Amino acid sequence: MLRIEGLDLFYGDAQALSGVSLTVPQGGITAIIGANGAGKTSLIRAIAGMERPRRGTIVFDGRDITGWDSHRICDLGLGQVAEGRQIFPSMTVADNLELGAMIPRGRAAAAATLNRVWEIFPRLLERRGQTAGTLSGGEQQMLAIGRCLMGQPRLIMFDEPSLGLSPAMVQEVFAVIRRLHDEGLTIVLVEQNVALSLGMADHACVLENGRVAMEGGGGELLGDDRVREAYLGL
Amino acid sequence: MRRRIALLALLSAFVLAPLAAGPYLLSVLVVVMYMAYLGQAWNIMMGFAGQLSLGHSLYGGLGAYVTAALFVNWGVPAVLGLPAGIAVAVAAGAVVGALGFRFGVKGVYFALLTIAFAEFTRVLFEHIPSLGGTGGLFLPVGSRDGVDLLRLRGHPLMFYYLILAMAVGAFLLCRRLLACRIGYQWLAVREDQEAAQALGINVFRAKLAAVMLSAGLTAAGGVFFAFYYNTLFPTQAFGMGRSIDIILAPIVGGLGTLFGPILGALILTPLGELITWGTEALGFKAAGLKQLCYGLSLLAIVKFLPDGVWPWLRRRIGFDPADDEEEGT
Repeated sequence: MLRIEGLDLFYGDAQALSGVSLTVPQGGITAIIGANGAGKTSLIRAIAGMERPRRGTIVFDGRDITGWDSHRICDLGLGQVAEGRQIFPSMTVADNLELGAMIPRGRAAAAATLNRVWEIFPRLLERRGQTAGTLSGGEQQMLAIGRCLMGQPRLIMFDEPSLGLSPAMVQEVFAVIRRLHDEGLTIVLVEQNVALSLGMADHACVLENGRVAMEGGGGELLGDDRVREAYLGL
Repeated sequence: MRRRIALLALLSAFVLAPLAAGPYLLSVLVVVMYMAYLGQAWNIMMGFAGQLSLGHSLYGGLGAYVTAALFVNWGVPAVLGLPAGIAVAVAAGAVVGALGFRFGVKGVYFALLTIAFAEFTRVLFEHIPSLGGTGGLFLPVGSRDGVDLLRLRGHPLMFYYLILAMAVGAFLLCRRLLACRIGYQWLAVREDQEAAQALGINVFRAKLAAVMLSAGLTAAGGVFFAFYYNTLFPTQAFGMGRSIDIILAPIVGGLGTLFGPILGALILTPLGELITWGTEALGFKAAGLKQLCYGLSLLAIVKFLPDGVWPWLRRRIGFDPADDEEEGT
């Protein structure tokens, strides 16, 4: 569904990604793991059109989207839940969700999608008139996910969805991700919580210094000695 | 309901004010409405979309010069020159916006860009002899008695009601915009541009729309200015001082609010007049004292009411904030 080939990304002179190639199969969960600064967030931003790669191609659903503006990429159904949640703190929960449906793709079915979001996250419905900044960290993460759903994505890239959440909340967020996967969405998961993400991924890759160091099935990598040593401390 | 009554009372007060006002007070009221109108226009860019323009005199000056030049040189009535003036200013806004936003010029650097455009336009107009150059462009003063809206010649009362209508119109337009998709997008961009982009909002287009709309409205204000005062000088029309005057009312009144620019103008203009009157009454001339007091009041606002006077007043009188910024949601 998503194919990346030979992606090079630079911030000024600093190279963030070099020759990254990756295939994300439709309907699967693809995990991207790696240390801080390995290029995980850069990869997501490049795919989303928020950074322009110097070389390489990004093909989504058979269409070459390299160099496209982010709003056009979103409108193809490639959504993201960015790192640090990035909700609009002074706006209400309902307004935050409405902003997720601004793209033409989300606009038509906004009312129906909103009901679906309320159903998945009943707590957001309870708090819909509250400003988003007053929500707990976990609720903000749910709002970020719900807001992304409002744009009717077919593929969602999650960047560190467990960041700063309590263990119970992490379980809840991952249960939602699993549910979305079960409902047919394709998932790309960037996570620090390597055991959790590899455990649920069909497919995974390890980024090191902007390169793909390893690739394979989730369980396969979880059993790999190098991964266990470097990322799980075993 | 209470809100509607209060609004109606306020509007009636503005409509009836000239009955009680002499020529001097009427001229002050005109300035109040003029500043409220321009503040509303600037607020679209800064208050709604979060883009700081410190060169808004560019748009007012362009609107004023284009319309006035058409009138002076070819006798084109203001009502026909106005669209041309607005068009030129909107185009200038599109250039400034497109350059700034396409190349990722943000925050202070974008503000510097807006100053640069206003400044070099000032220099340009100082070197156009057919528009008077540094010597200024003078509109023939027409009859001060009649009411000729087509040519914008007539009694000061006509000008007062015109600018009052413009201020009310800008207020209603902004209120409507905030309830629309574009208004939501502006607030999202203001709050977190990255997040807005990640949601698929066309940030470039939203910001460009804010600049162009703000420029067009400001240009109409400039046209009013030209035909009310009948004189235009590049140093004033495109000057930094004019740009600062434009931004003061919304900042003092409350950025991003609908009543902020009106309240700010109601506070600042009479304050300035009071200082001028006071110093004259005391028999000394103090050039720059008005500016100094503006600066001090700005400092006081930043220190004590960083959100502006209106958000504070709104809490005191128990107006629901939802009635203001998020009207219609």
